[in-house]
Amino acid sequence: MTSLPDTSKSGQIKLGLVIDLDTCVGCQACAVSCKEWNTQGYSAPLTDEDPYEANPLGVWLNRIHGYEVADETGNGRAVHFPRSCLHCEQPACVSVCPTGASYKRAEDGIVLVDPDTCIGCKLCSWACPYGAREYDHDDGVMKKCTLCVDRIYNENLEPEDRQPACVRACPTGARHFGDLGDPDSAVSRLVAAREGFDLLPAMGMKPVNKYLPPRPRRDASTAGAEPLRLTELAGKGDAMERLFGWLDKVLS
Amino acid sequence: MHPAYSVIVFTTASGMGYGLLALLGMVGAAHGPASNWWFAATCLAVAFALIGVGLLSSTAHLGHPERAWRALSQWRSSWLSREGVAAIVTFAPGLAFGWAWLDPDADPYLLGFLGLATLALSAVTVACTGMIYQSLATIRHWHHPLVTPIYLAFALATGSALLMAIAEIFGRGQVVLSTITAASLVLVLVLKRLWWRAVDRDPGRFTMGDATGLGTLGVVRQWEVPHTAGNFVMNEMGYRIARKHAEKLRRLVAAGLVLALALSLVAFTGIEALAIPAAVVAAATSYAAAFLERWLFFAEARHVVGLYYGAPRA
Repeated sequence: MTSLPDTSKSGQIKLGLVIDLDTCVGCQACAVSCKEWNTQGYSAPLTDEDPYEANPLGVWLNRIHGYEVADETGNGRAVHFPRSCLHCEQPACVSVCPTGASYKRAEDGIVLVDPDTCIGCKLCSWACPYGAREYDHDDGVMKKCTLCVDRIYNENLEPEDRQPACVRACPTGARHFGDLGDPDSAVSRLVAAREGFDLLPAMGMKPVNKYLPPRPRRDASTAGAEPLRLTELAGKGDAMERLFGWLDKVLS
Repeated sequence: MHPAYSVIVFTTASGMGYGLLALLGMVGAAHGPASNWWFAATCLAVAFALIGVGLLSSTAHLGHPERAWRALSQWRSSWLSREGVAAIVTFAPGLAFGWAWLDPDADPYLLGFLGLATLALSAVTVACTGMIYQSLATIRHWHHPLVTPIYLAFALATGSALLMAIAEIFGRGQVVLSTITAASLVLVLVLKRLWWRAVDRDPGRFTMGDATGLGTLGVVRQWEVPHTAGNFVMNEMGYRIARKHAEKLRRLVAAGLVLALALSLVAFTGIEALAIPAAVVAAATSYAAAFLERWLFFAEARHVVGLYYGAPRA
């Protein structure tokens, strides 16, 4: 049934990710690890079309964007921005599904697609504001992040591996997995401490995944400082700096 | 949004078919059993053929058409499912009405009931089609209260133009048919114009800063896309049509509707030599305008996910 489970009661488990935009370095390890695991797991296959041709197209459940944020002084900072399914509490992708193939699990809140009943109408991808769903033209069904449902409960894996592949792969600890329904969980405390936020809260989907904002610049040497000009070095500093300053003046 | 031809054929052909069927139901309810068997049979056959072609076409864009029956299960939450259920339910009174209408000895009360039930359920089905789009909050062009009325108005206009054409061919043209056609075409023009104005004036609620949550820190700009080639989301949701092309096509839609309107007025005058070609061309032009309008309905629609891929507003 595409009617949604009641997730408002206390004690409801809401598994999700917390993504730290301050420490993410955009290395794509999470995206590659996701593709590697899920092309042989629950969502298998994650088809690539024409992978070695001019216009390759493929299903990826995790995409890493790059944005620049310019403050009022004109100083910019790069923010790497991983984007995947947010396992919303009110997922429109689930309620528009005509077949019930798209569903939200009552026990842990994971949003999944049943590949055996999906008809591939793509309406769920239209209903999602976050672009989290990718259609597999080869398989004829919709694919999406499963929160590695086939890892996190998998007793054949070592305990430290029972977390989503993206979280396990992240070299900077920018991705955290846990129960966001429990206010005392490590992820919930992290969200509270770092003022984690929802993406597009006005869309009303109540995402479970949270994003942690980049930390403020610490001091004047990194925040709002005027960029150093080589010409200003002319006549200052040691001999080498004076030489470069003079060269810059002559050449520019 | 990417315009899928199967969906355009589905919504326009089934819309025209349901419009025609609804009018036949009204005619049957008002006038009792059909006075001309061949005329009535032709109208019914054309209506059901258009509905059938439309519904079959709607399965053409599915990844698994053989599982289409599953789409009837989630009517409690999904407008697409409701549309499927309504389409199938409409066949019951529709076919029963057709059977009774062709029977000269049919009970007029039963015929009237079946005719009105066909009319009502046809309208419900087209409204469900419109609601599939109108219910999507992610696409501001579609999440607009005029979208479903426009779907209904197009169904009525194209259906009545078709009925007018068939009636003229059978020498049964009536002023009332031309009047309904002309009036519904005017309604389409008015609603469409209001909708175009509304979507043009609305710059979009959200910015890239809202989508990323980084807007509180400053002005957000995309500097790196997540992949070197395209992807499904960009192809499906990122389809864009240049504004000047859109304006040209909008004018073409309006011109088609005005031409159909003028021709239905020619049929209205009842000049016999002109009535048949005018009515037939009016029906064809109204369908062509509906088809082009539906293509534009997709091509002009902007999805909020575009913000993650560099759209400044959505």
